[in-house]
Amino acid sequence: MNGGSAAGGGSAAGGGSEAGGGAGGAGGAGEPGGRGGAGGGSEVGGAGGAGRPPGDVGGAGRAGSPTEPGGPGGVRALSGRPVGELTLEAVRRAEVGLEDLRIHPETLERQAAVAERHANPQLAENLRRASELTRLDDDEVLAIYAALRPGRATPGELNALAGSLAERGLPRCAALVAEAAEVYARRGLSA
Amino acid sequence: MTAEQSAAGGRPVGRVRFMDAQRVNLDGFAVEDAGLGLVAMRSPYDPEPGLVLRDGRVTELDGVPEERFDSLDSYIARHGLDLAVAREAMGLPDVAFARRLVSPDVPRSEIVRLSAGATPAKLARVLALLRPAELCQAMTKMRARRTPSNQAHVTNRLDDPLLLAADAATAAAFGFREVETTVPVLADAPSNAVACLIGAAAAAQGVLIQCSVEEALELELGMRGLTSYAETISLYGTEQVFTDGDDTPWSKAFLTSAYASRGMKMRVSSGAGAEVLMAGAEGKSMLYLESRCVALARAIGAQGVQNGGIDGASVAAAVPSGLRELMSENLMAMMRNLESCSGNDALMSESDMRRTSRTLPIVLAGSDFMFSGFGSIQRYDNMFGPSNFNAEDIDDFLAMQRDWGVDGGLRTVTPDRIAELRREAAQMCRAVYQHLGLADFTDDHVERAVDAAGSKDLGETDTLAVVSAAHAIRDGGITVVDVVAALDETGYEAAAERILAMTAERLVGDYLQTSAIFDEQLRVLSLVTDPNDYAGPGTGFEPTPERQAEIDAIRQARGVEDLRAEQAAAAVPLLAVAAPALPGNGAGAGWEAAPGGWGAAPGREAASGGGGETGPAQKAAPGREAAPGGGGEAGPGREAPPGQDPREVVIGVSPAVGRDVWRCLSGLTVPEVLAELLAGLEEEGCTGRVVRFNDTVDLGRIGLAAARLAGSGIGIGLQGKGTALIHRRDLAPLANLELYSVAPAVTPELYRLLGANAARHAKGGTPDPARNPYTDEAIEARYHTKVIALMALERAWVKPGALPEELSLDGLR
Repeated sequence: MNGGSAAGGGSAAGGGSEAGGGAGGAGGAGEPGGRGGAGGGSEVGGAGGAGRPPGDVGGAGRAGSPTEPGGPGGVRALSGRPVGELTLEAVRRAEVGLEDLRIHPETLERQAAVAERHANPQLAENLRRASELTRLDDDEVLAIYAALRPGRATPGELNALAGSLAERGLPRCAALVAEAAEVYARRGLSA
Repeated sequence: MTAEQSAAGGRPVGRVRFMDAQRVNLDGFAVEDAGLGLVAMRSPYDPEPGLVLRDGRVTELDGVPEERFDSLDSYIARHGLDLAVAREAMGLPDVAFARRLVSPDVPRSEIVRLSAGATPAKLARVLALLRPAELCQAMTKMRARRTPSNQAHVTNRLDDPLLLAADAATAAAFGFREVETTVPVLADAPSNAVACLIGAAAAAQGVLIQCSVEEALELELGMRGLTSYAETISLYGTEQVFTDGDDTPWSKAFLTSAYASRGMKMRVSSGAGAEVLMAGAEGKSMLYLESRCVALARAIGAQGVQNGGIDGASVAAAVPSGLRELMSENLMAMMRNLESCSGNDALMSESDMRRTSRTLPIVLAGSDFMFSGFGSIQRYDNMFGPSNFNAEDIDDFLAMQRDWGVDGGLRTVTPDRIAELRREAAQMCRAVYQHLGLADFTDDHVERAVDAAGSKDLGETDTLAVVSAAHAIRDGGITVVDVVAALDETGYEAAAERILAMTAERLVGDYLQTSAIFDEQLRVLSLVTDPNDYAGPGTGFEPTPERQAEIDAIRQARGVEDLRAEQAAAAVPLLAVAAPALPGNGAGAGWEAAPGGWGAAPGREAASGGGGETGPAQKAAPGREAAPGGGGEAGPGREAPPGQDPREVVIGVSPAVGRDVWRCLSGLTVPEVLAELLAGLEEEGCTGRVVRFNDTVDLGRIGLAAARLAGSGIGIGLQGKGTALIHRRDLAPLANLELYSVAPAVTPELYRLLGANAARHAKGGTPDPARNPYTDEAIEARYHTKVIALMALERAWVKPGALPEELSLDGLR
């Protein structure tokens, strides 16, 4: 669900805020599945939340569903195709490929912002690294994972990998690999 | 004491041998040994909590200076702590922290904020202060998602796709929102993923699917959309064991991002016992080591943790306070603002009581996932190893939910619905496999899968076909779109739409947030959209009335109307009201409902004769319920007269006998019981009459009234449910000569003996005392609801003041 810009969804009144992690998303644009309407959301305010059925969740926010092509904030697949076009008709016309099933980096960035507002900067960082990794093919992703396993790569190899990732516009992944190179060398985890 | 321990003193006495033979003694119990890490909550070798910061950097963590950081310390120090609150969190006394954790007045967000600045040793110390009830209270408040949920294991010994599909459908129907499968044969994995995907979609929208296998393959299945989450990304609490597991915090952090980059939900897996089992605990307590794991889980950016022992649950359970430790692990993940998938997925005891004891507190408190794998299939089919609860226990679990009025995530499914969904799932799976050229399955195979309680019911199957189907899926690059197209083209458009809609939702990514599940309307419920707002009684999650009704309506529940129908089915055209009684014989004599009248001699009562319709009604005991339609309608001409024959025994029966109640709790029909009683009387040379008493359900009163009508002064009382006694006219109502109180266990022979004994009493002879049947079964649990309904049927026929009626003996002899 994206729905942030729909009426009520993710508004300052309705966004579920936690741990002081932002006042429910300014403007609400990036608040996936924000609760519709006032009274939702605040984790602490007991009275407003008591007895609210889970079915209320995100009800109004569905108005801006990403499955409506071209809707405000419409989500796209990695291929660029709007998620709303992922229909049975498209499948019947054999128009849906693997790239249409992959998540878009901007979606991950948007989710990272949500995670940050919900008191989890580490999850946000992970989603931002993931956003970078959408640009690599599966084999390369698995190859980097293999290189990071203990005893697989020398510090030099890891640093070279970090450099290459940085050059190709994956700075967060590069930083992770560079840090691994440093610690692995100190802890005897390098090849 | 075991037999071995008492060897010096010879064989233990029978009482001890008997105790030794109980199933709990199959479990292993370990002497606490900190050196081996066999210690749950706190080891003398655990570090003192501590954090030193310099220039915004951690230079000492839990007593370890930066230059001696191992890789776990390094990762946690660099990424895992909120240094802005670290001073406050570390400065807070453990007890003060623990009290805030429990208090409903301190919001979850505040605990999350503080915990972000707490080191692993600090959180372990704080949690070690919580007593079990406090753990429950804290868990109720701290879980991230408001709505609790549950995960199922769906596997079988054969990796049989049709059975997997049928079982995944069954699991989804029961309400599980995640289905985790795995394989006994690695190569089968793609087939298992596809079968579970199809099966779950047959029953419900939005069920997340996991195929737990080697990481590269698992990632590949996820990338193709065949699975939608992963959770077996293991973390360990020491560097040595972590490295032995062929990973580092950095490789796991990267893997975590790799899953997210393909839009796949994931959580990591840790839990007590893993380090101990690998002799790598370094003398640390299980709770401290797990605290490192959870800190690391947060640090690498995982949204959640599967912990609570997991494979090592029985290691924790072997040491003192082990179950506290397991629950503390879950709570720790919640404090770090992570999803908790709360273990209970490994059978930790041979004792039903111990494994229930292990799981129940978490069900009561509620967790994001109460089980990280409830074995929805039978124990023998669980390829993860038996779970703590399995298919054997689903009805138990449903009853537990209902008993406590809590939402454990499951619901009752009608037998017809289960059959229908299993058939549809198996047929859909066959159709897809055939359409994609993966395998051909026979009609017979489908039928067997539908009916099977487990893979042993499948008979011989072609396991090579499964391997070859799995290869075809993997090598043929089959994706979720191929599965959707195949479902669509084989006529299963609804399931195709379901899977496609789910695939689209994955692209939106909302389910990557903490504690996300889809509900059956495909809405994401997560920390973001459904945050836990517990703040004491009257707040937080409460099942909706519809959901509560679902929890309450287990299929075994019976009401009075169910029982009425059951009784009606046993009705026979017997026990009609006999011809009017002999005239002029003192109508109503001996039948006095007023309390004062019960102890009186029959002769005196006879003097009060001529009560008619209204007299006895006025004397009815206070507080007695009025029967429907009011009293006084029983035909006054039919009242049973007192007998004159000294060998006559009257069998008094309750008001609904011959009307609504026909079958006793023992399963015998009322006419069968009466026939035995009459036969017993006759054996001893007595005669019997059957009289129905219409103004009381009380067996003592019925028996006494029968005695007073009997020429011998001896009566037998029989309630329709089968409880029976012998009474004598001069006794108090609650006294009696013999009583069969355990109606469900009374046999025909015992009823005959009761009749014979009544006759012996009538003759002044010596009865052969009947032993009340005894059973050690939970006889009350089994029959009390029936008793209540039967008594309601009886009560409905009670009419204050109504006169007794003699019933026909036709067909009873």
